[in-house]
Amino acid sequence: MSENKTQADKIEISNLKKQFGTNQVLTGFNLSIREGESLCLIGTSGCGKSVALKCLIGLVSADSGSVKVDGHETIGQSRAENEALLRRFGMTFQFGALFDSLPIWENVTFRLRQKEKLSKKIAREIAGDIINQLGLAPHVLDLFPAELSGGMQKRAAIARAIADKPEILLFDEPTSGLDPITSGVINDLILNSVNRLGATTLTISHDMASVRQIADTVAMIHQGQIIWSGPVADMHDTGIAEVDQFVNGNAYGPLTLNPPDNNVAQHSEMPV
Amino acid sequence: MIGFVQSLGASVLALSRMIGGIVLFAAIALRWVLVPPFYGRQIVRQMVDIGYYSLPVVGLTTLFSGMVLALQSYTGFARFSAENTVATVVVLSITRELGPVLAGLMVAGRVGASIAAEIGTMRVTDQIDALDTLSTRPMQYLVGPRIIAGIVCLPILVLIGDIIGVFGGYLVGVYNLDFNASVYLSKTLEFLEFEDVFIGLVKAAIFGFIITLMGCYHGYYSGRGAEGVGKATTNAVVSASILILIANYTVTALFFG
Repeated sequence: MSENKTQADKIEISNLKKQFGTNQVLTGFNLSIREGESLCLIGTSGCGKSVALKCLIGLVSADSGSVKVDGHETIGQSRAENEALLRRFGMTFQFGALFDSLPIWENVTFRLRQKEKLSKKIAREIAGDIINQLGLAPHVLDLFPAELSGGMQKRAAIARAIADKPEILLFDEPTSGLDPITSGVINDLILNSVNRLGATTLTISHDMASVRQIADTVAMIHQGQIIWSGPVADMHDTGIAEVDQFVNGNAYGPLTLNPPDNNVAQHSEMPV
Repeated sequence: MIGFVQSLGASVLALSRMIGGIVLFAAIALRWVLVPPFYGRQIVRQMVDIGYYSLPVVGLTTLFSGMVLALQSYTGFARFSAENTVATVVVLSITRELGPVLAGLMVAGRVGASIAAEIGTMRVTDQIDALDTLSTRPMQYLVGPRIIAGIVCLPILVLIGDIIGVFGGYLVGVYNLDFNASVYLSKTLEFLEFEDVFIGLVKAAIFGFIITLMGCYHGYYSGRGAEGVGKATTNAVVSASILILIANYTVTALFFG
């Protein structure tokens, strides 16, 4: 990633290591993302993509290494500093992670209401504007997550992530489980939202069509470290067997299925 | 032999780790209970869930316990002509022991399971991580309100349960065992002291803390998938029930021993 490293690096991750039990998930993870860049992180299931993402925002504590946002080290910072950092991020999770007990308008404006104590009327208006931009009908505001289809849940999750106009957006498999048309719609919404906000974006995806549509740069993680990164146009001819196998979706090649879920132990960390 | 020692050692270590984890979790939870912001809506919602919706099950349990206590004690005491102590036995048994313990165990089954399942599901669907990314501490938003609601609601539930249980004894005493109503009531109040009721309510507050803490702890550390949430739910109910019985003996020994 050194070729990407400039003064304008928004995020700079160096030699990040994380181990759960005996399973070394990140073995020296390096990644730089420039301001305003859209980077897609690809890799086989269980290779540590989500762990890297969670280490980036402090949801999982890294064992060692460095994570800098705008040049400021975030590893080892206090809880208050981490909260201030998190306010600059918007994130969607693989399965939406919308709060089951809250209607969509409260989900979308959750952070705004915590921060600014908005009245219900104003919060609903803001939520209505945002979901309208994402192509959801106004009646969705009063529905609960369980009443929405997978695609609608993904849109609502994106609405929640962008509601506070974050500088950095993180998308964890935003199109997983969706049909190709809905995936295309979600990709368009991500692109539009990112362009409107001018945000720096890190997306985890297995969906190569998505990657081609939304990424400026692609990085591939294998065995806990980045083995290739470069412009999206170059990903089909990298000369690296693992990357070519993954991008072309070949069953046979150097990549084999990873051991089961490496995230098993990550919830053993004590809350603070 | 070495295998047995190894497995024994592993079990002891796992138990020690769990106890340490629970104590640490409780300390962190109590710290965040006292620090703003306080999520008033969450607290009210939990009070309704834990308190209001537990009323029927606590009411029915204490009603029938009071009734059967009157019947059984009458049968036993009649053998040595002590029938007139039935009302006193019912009220003291209900307020000092049966009310708090039965209410605690019933609420542990209903509420402890529900809390563990809800928080466990939030854990496995990344909703707890989502709270963090939305600048909200899960311990303050999820755990704090449940603990406050448990500590506040259990004594209220037990007080109502005490009244219903004593009323159950009264119903059996007056309409089945032919006690004079005013005599039964005067015997009920004659030996009842403030301390009997108060210690029961103190126990209830402790049980409320135990139930919500166990539900939150096991839910927070739930394993993955439906099986993980199922285990968390079972562990929450079993551990809360055992701790309630231990705490009940400890408080009784401290105040009445």
